[in-house]
Amino acid sequence: MTKLLDAPERPARTGGRGGPDNPAARQGVVRSIRNLLTSPKYGPVTVTAVLFVAIFIIGGVRYRGFLSGQVFLNLFVDNAYLIVLAVGMTFVILTGGIDLSVGAVVALSGMIAASLLQTGWSPAAVIPLILVLTSVLGLLVGLMIHIFKVQPFIATLAAMFLARGLCYVISQSSISITDATFVQLAVARIPLGGNMSITPSVIIAVLAVAIAVWVLHATRFGRTVYAIGGSEQSGLLMGLPVARTKVLVYVISGFCSGLAGVLFTFYTLSGYPLTAIGTELDAIAAVVIGGTLLTGGYGFVLGSVLGVLVLGVIQTIITFEGTLSSWWTKIFIGALLLVFIILQKVLTARRR
Amino acid sequence: MTNPTDPAAPVVEMRGISITFPGVKALDGVDFRLFPGEVHSLMGENGAGKSTLIKALTGVYGIDAGTITLGGEQVSFSGPAQAQASGISTVYQEVNLLPNLSVAENIMLGREPRRFGSVDWRAMRRRAAELLAGLNLDLDPGSLLGDHSLAVQQLIAIARAIDVQAKVLILDEPTSSLDADEVAELFRVIRSLKEQGVAILFVSHFLDQVYEICDRLTVLRNGKLVGEYLVEELLRIDLVQKMIGKELTVLDDLEQRARSVSIDESDAATFVQATKLGRRGAMHPADLPIAAGEVVGFAGLLGSGRTEFARLLGGIDRADSGELSIGGRSTRLRTPRQALSHRIAFSSENRRDEGIVGDLTVRDNIVLALQADRGWARPIPKKRQDELTQSYIQTLNIRPANPDALVRNLSGGNQQKVLLARWLAIAPRLLILDEPTRGIDIGAKAEIQKLVFNLAENGMSVLFISAELEEVLRLSHRIVVLRDRHIVADLENDGLTVDSLLALIADGSGDDPEAPDAAGGPLLAAAVPTTPATPAPAATSAPTTPSDPTTTDPTGDPR
Amino acid sequence: MSALLARLIANRLFWPIVMLLVLFTINLIAFPGFFTVTLRDGHLFGSLVDILRNGAPTLIIAVGMTLVIATRGIDLSVGAVAAISGAVACSIMLGSPEPGNPATVAVAITVALLISLVLGAWNGFLVAVLGIQPIIATLILMTAGRGMAMLITEGQILTVNSPPFKALGSGFWFGVPIAVIIAAVVFAAAALITRRTALGMFIESVGINPEASRQAGVRARGLLFVVYTFSAFCAAIAGLILTANTAAADANNTGLFIELDAILAVVIGGTSLAGGRYTLAGTLVGALVIQTLVTTVYTVGIPPIATMVFKAAVVTVVCLLQSPTTAEALTGFRRRLSIRAGKGVAAS
Repeated sequence: MTKLLDAPERPARTGGRGGPDNPAARQGVVRSIRNLLTSPKYGPVTVTAVLFVAIFIIGGVRYRGFLSGQVFLNLFVDNAYLIVLAVGMTFVILTGGIDLSVGAVVALSGMIAASLLQTGWSPAAVIPLILVLTSVLGLLVGLMIHIFKVQPFIATLAAMFLARGLCYVISQSSISITDATFVQLAVARIPLGGNMSITPSVIIAVLAVAIAVWVLHATRFGRTVYAIGGSEQSGLLMGLPVARTKVLVYVISGFCSGLAGVLFTFYTLSGYPLTAIGTELDAIAAVVIGGTLLTGGYGFVLGSVLGVLVLGVIQTIITFEGTLSSWWTKIFIGALLLVFIILQKVLTARRR
Repeated sequence: MTNPTDPAAPVVEMRGISITFPGVKALDGVDFRLFPGEVHSLMGENGAGKSTLIKALTGVYGIDAGTITLGGEQVSFSGPAQAQASGISTVYQEVNLLPNLSVAENIMLGREPRRFGSVDWRAMRRRAAELLAGLNLDLDPGSLLGDHSLAVQQLIAIARAIDVQAKVLILDEPTSSLDADEVAELFRVIRSLKEQGVAILFVSHFLDQVYEICDRLTVLRNGKLVGEYLVEELLRIDLVQKMIGKELTVLDDLEQRARSVSIDESDAATFVQATKLGRRGAMHPADLPIAAGEVVGFAGLLGSGRTEFARLLGGIDRADSGELSIGGRSTRLRTPRQALSHRIAFSSENRRDEGIVGDLTVRDNIVLALQADRGWARPIPKKRQDELTQSYIQTLNIRPANPDALVRNLSGGNQQKVLLARWLAIAPRLLILDEPTRGIDIGAKAEIQKLVFNLAENGMSVLFISAELEEVLRLSHRIVVLRDRHIVADLENDGLTVDSLLALIADGSGDDPEAPDAAGGPLLAAAVPTTPATPAPAATSAPTTPSDPTTTDPTGDPR
Repeated sequence: MSALLARLIANRLFWPIVMLLVLFTINLIAFPGFFTVTLRDGHLFGSLVDILRNGAPTLIIAVGMTLVIATRGIDLSVGAVAAISGAVACSIMLGSPEPGNPATVAVAITVALLISLVLGAWNGFLVAVLGIQPIIATLILMTAGRGMAMLITEGQILTVNSPPFKALGSGFWFGVPIAVIIAAVVFAAAALITRRTALGMFIESVGINPEASRQAGVRARGLLFVVYTFSAFCAAIAGLILTANTAAADANNTGLFIELDAILAVVIGGTSLAGGRYTLAGTLVGALVIQTLVTTVYTVGIPPIATMVFKAAVVTVVCLLQSPTTAEALTGFRRRLSIRAGKGVAAS
């Protein structure tokens, strides 16, 4: 707590600025570390960063060939679509909402892409069309939530039903994609030197992250997103555009789901109605593990990326282990989710 | 500031303001003026219309009649944003800021400096630091708001308010959660703003603070203007009297009877004994014995600790110091359930949020506490439930006399009776009634008073809290006076008058009501209260409030 | 007459029942033999019987969900719990030398149900003791639960050949499908236990006004434990029926999306997601509406798989009807109408 000071010259900040030999300074370091860990803003994301590094090192110690740049880059290659999903989900959760429709929208985007490409549409028309459609779906969800005061959970549930249903309406079986551009994008590798490479999807995902970071950090819209999560009532009293912002976050989530769907089709080169079931849970888990409070107001896009990487590295370890079955991933994710939710609870309770 | 006004002319003038809510006239032809460079206090008890007046001024409520002029021009605001743009800023009791964002953002959000579409963080911090420096606050603008104490947050809210070039600054109960040092800091800021010519409307229920900082005050009661006074010319006792007012004595005979029995109860066994019972931020440790069959009245203003102390006795809030013995045995009350099992029932002043279960029937509401005490597995037989409900509907005259009516559809007075029935059904030995007669019609009020009297005659102890001193005097054997979260007097109700109580409430000294000590009196002790003022319909003869939970309580104070 | 109609419309079951009747009518038009129930080999057959039998798992879960929602909660983990219970039962039966022995089946079912009680208590612990929002608390088990089920089945689809177990899903007892009988028993038990004891009143009271209930001495914590445990128990029963139906435990697909159907049934039935007053009868109608919808889509000739689009439409319509914004708009509209009518009278 900052105490009121009579002398304005005195610095208000505390923290370890002196040399490391100074015991007071060391105490200061300890205190600032403690402050960092118990802050609802930085605490969870710091824990996640430490966790990621720890898992990566454990993997490196246990498995030959784990500690390589390509293994790290593959986390991005394999999870590019999830990163984009998590970006959209971060916006929604920061306002205190939730979006259950993202997995179904990913599948729907894939179905639209596959079926339209099959009938000879050009990818240059298909991709923008998908992004517009999914954004419109997000807009409808946002309006339902804002104007009709439907709980985000239910409104996005309806959207999820709709998207999954439309998948089946388009086709009940898998449609493979043979379009040259898509295939090209699917197999293309961009070399980074030293035998390492990434896919175009990674670049798109990184771009999405960069834009999201800028929007959330440095635009009035982004700050309003945080404000709504802090207290919608206060935001209203401060004269912030709460209504517009609340609807827009679902549009963003819809857009990101569409984009993630496109990236996913690059990855799978097909559209299948049952694909990406439960992906919404992965996205939510990544966001939560990445340090965003489910009640909104605290969190970073980069944290969510870190969350995706943690999920990815767990999967990689399980693959490397060989004997562990893939379902352990779900259990690990569940356990991590539990730990982080309890951590959030403790941190916010302490601050009250 | 941009509009140099004649110092003698008021910056705000409200004339003949009336606001009607369904069933309640919240403001009735009220006049109000505010001059530049003055600190003006708006005084009144629960339901006097303070918040309504403030909300009328800030555009939250539209007015049904009257005019508002700002700087000589007639205005009508459609909302707080518009009022703010015209120079009227409000800082609410519960800080309406964002704990998850930085101090700088909290000050600047909505008008943050931008460069190429991006928020210019550096310029924002600089501007925020300037504003904070202007208030003599040394804070890191980059720190999180939530990391600061409530007091500092309050000051940051003020910094935000004055950044919009406020001509008028409204501070709605800004001190209710501050300790003495923090109040001093706030007052320093208020004085410096006053010197800059800002007109400040200061609402507080702490008389000491009002006398310390304010130049002028306006008293409201039941939505009507009582008067406007210079603080230095108004004795505290007169102020309190004007706030509380005097009610027509309806039940004189009860008064006589209560007093005649009060004396021979002195040898009755003590049922509850509180020793140094207190809770940080709510009530200073205090002693209180309550004998069987005794009616103890609490007299004190809103925020005096009257409700806070009662909640400790009823197990609603946990005491963090002191002891409580019930029937001679030392006991800790952790939950209301434990209190109920000791046959102590607490009836909250906040009927809607803490009393009725609106969507349940009258019958369910009446048997709820009794059933909770028996546990879920032993349901009260339907027949017994009906008997109970019928008998209470009859004795308490609950209307409509339909056990299956949903409680939210009943009038306030009848809801109160249903709650009384709920508590009586568990056969309490101590019944704590916090403002049981507030906001209900005069007939129901008389019935409830009569009931309290009869209960005590049958050996039940009653702790009776009311803002109306006549009522407390009429019913109580003993009266405990609270002020600033202390018990300042504990008296037999023998020869006490409204005037002597008023004097105690105002000054804490019954014998010298003449001294209007402005700076004297014990300053606010270091405590951070947690219980804000609760919403309440008008105290005296206000019409029955609508019981529909969806309509916001029009006369309530902000929570 | 109009007063009677008004009272009918005011009844919470009115709209759900209307919805059900409309669906029945559509079916009847598309398939005239819709209401025909015949007795073949001592078993009841017919579309209505199919609706009841196929809707049984959803109804059972919806019953538990109703009580959870009444306390202002939600249970997303029911699908995962259903999968776990099916997996547990099947793996026990497969592990025993004679999976067809009724005793083995009894053990398998008992163990599966006991495990569900533990899972429900876990949810209750997170919600009641740690105070985590119900949607989040149950999300954890929803995620991890599928993994646990796969752990038990070791990633395989466990097929069992056990006639007594299979009877749970497709058997008949006195001509009535056993699944329907189980659903009826669960429904009746829930109704009796909550309405014949004070449990129902406490659940509603806590859902309507938690603070007032606390002050009246109602212990919310124990209550939350009970409802979440009951919900998991219901989910386990439904999971056993679903598994028995196909005679196979599929960790991935058993009970997939059933939580959504159950929530939908509760909402259609007229229990508000905001908690408070609940109606099990409404939930019954809601579950029937959903199952009939599925059947209707099929009989009308739409690809059955597109049912989800219709479910989306139903959720949207129900939510919009329940929305306070709609209520306000309607009140305003009615008032304007009556004013106009009043003016008309005055003018004439």
